[in-house]
Amino acid sequence: MANDVWVYIEHKEGAISPMSFELLGIGKELAAGFGSNLCAFVIGAGVDDLAKEAGAYGAAKVYAVEGDVFKDFRGEAYAKAAAFLLDKYKPEVALFRATTMGTDVAAAAAAQLGFGLCTDTIGLAIDGGKVKMARAAFGGNFSVSVVNEKAAPQIATVRPKAYAMPEKGAGTAEVVKESFALADADVATKVVEFLASASAVNLVEADIIVSGGRGLGNEAGFAMLQQLADMLGGAVGASRAAVDSEWIPYEHQVGQTGKTVKPKIYIACGISGAIQHLAGMRTSDCIVAINKDPDAPIFKAATFGIVGDYKEVVPKMIEKFKGKLGR
Amino acid sequence: MKIAVCLKQVPDTEAEVKWDIPKGTLSRDGMDSITNPFDEFALEEALLTKENYDGEIIAISMGPEGAKDVLRNALALTVDETALCCDDAFAGSDTYATAYVLASAIKKAGDVDVVFCGKQSTDGNTGVVGAELAAILGFSQLTQVGKVRSIDAGAKKIVVERAVEGGIEVVEAKLPAVVSVIKGINEPRLPNLMGIRKASKIDIPQWSAGDLGVDTGKVGAAGASTKVVEIAVPPPRGAGEILKGELEEVANMITDKLIDLKVIK
Repeated sequence: MANDVWVYIEHKEGAISPMSFELLGIGKELAAGFGSNLCAFVIGAGVDDLAKEAGAYGAAKVYAVEGDVFKDFRGEAYAKAAAFLLDKYKPEVALFRATTMGTDVAAAAAAQLGFGLCTDTIGLAIDGGKVKMARAAFGGNFSVSVVNEKAAPQIATVRPKAYAMPEKGAGTAEVVKESFALADADVATKVVEFLASASAVNLVEADIIVSGGRGLGNEAGFAMLQQLADMLGGAVGASRAAVDSEWIPYEHQVGQTGKTVKPKIYIACGISGAIQHLAGMRTSDCIVAINKDPDAPIFKAATFGIVGDYKEVVPKMIEKFKGKLGR
Repeated sequence: MKIAVCLKQVPDTEAEVKWDIPKGTLSRDGMDSITNPFDEFALEEALLTKENYDGEIIAISMGPEGAKDVLRNALALTVDETALCCDDAFAGSDTYATAYVLASAIKKAGDVDVVFCGKQSTDGNTGVVGAELAAILGFSQLTQVGKVRSIDAGAKKIVVERAVEGGIEVVEAKLPAVVSVIKGINEPRLPNLMGIRKASKIDIPQWSAGDLGVDTGKVGAAGASTKVVEIAVPPPRGAGEILKGELEEVANMITDKLIDLKVIK
């Protein structure tokens, strides 16, 4: 239907995580607003399990393109298939997660269809029969809402964790398999190998992030933060100052020139809170700031502030958590 | 090998940002400008590629006349050619229009084997122009690149490492390719005084919509498909609570409060 809401289901070689279905929650709200169907679309070598799960998470219909050529994720190939589906069915809106994979597919598919898209969206609402998409601009100091009037569909990438996970139920989806032939020889890229990161840091997906800045003073500070993160099942983040001091690799950097994250808990240790850092984490649900300087700007963004030396506060927190969580 | 590098002029990341609210665009008056930090890595990668494999570099920017500064900086670092895509019709372009204009410039430059660009700009922050460029040009799409392992212009092949969620993906691709790079791929060099002096005397060509054969209906504010309907200052985060007391007491409070959130599993 012309005003259906489509959600792209991302996966890595068929492997799914509940996060793959994250956007079906907001998708369902939008579809209810339009009085239309919530549909999922999926591209891969084998899509049956994905389609089944998408139904359980609320999709009424699943559109799928299947083929061996889609075994490895390749942005170009996936985007061609996505553009084919979106052009054929022209839903009202198509949502992708703002991950490296989701962004690759969304951007290239939109370009193939000849229009723009809204990226890293943090607000979606129906306004005048169209979806209005809000995104943060300039370090979150401004929020800009856009409507893509010329695009059919409107395409948006949505910041991971911006919306609550949908409940998993017993629903099943009607599966529509579309044939879209793409020869392997016509895909210009080939995945040679995947090297899993030693620290397996996945900041974007983490519910809890313990982050350190210049105030840590040295590399050893991060070992202490890692201990706290491990105890809480979280990941370690860092400010640019800490990365530039080579205390921790760039993949941990949060902020304007690093990653944008939206965890449920963000614990900032020895981070002053420059706007460039706030840009990457200010939409976190709960922010805890630990800093020696009572005037540090981070306290203005914090839900809870502790004025003190992280070297004393963090070990004390670890001790308390150990007791209270029985770990 | 012919190398292109796309450079964007952005407001200094340290500067205070002003919006032209009625127009929904950035007010650039009186703001210090710099080369987009991610594009500095792209430029350095272009220079390294030229040094390692032999070739020539064209640096391309799109923007008002003032954006020549970023191209002059590139000239000081010894790029061979520059071009500024500059036309009143381009003002207010969205990401697609920007990619379309840059793609037209890359076609005009001719026979480009590899295009380097930064993974995103620090002002627009969209991070999609690289992928859009690849799609429009029909070049290999290589985003989030943290290392270029090899480029073989003869065999038309490039091997890169992409930093994706959870690890590094090694990808082999056909040339021509668009490579968008992340921070840390290299250490950008600074121009020396002689380079700066030399660059100051070089004319920077300007390419208009007409020169590029660009359909003006598809660019600028008129052509942009995404329309800004509202700019707002988000509500400030509620005033935080400073936990006061002895260390023991504070640690007790914060751990209780965090456990109460029911997020820790």
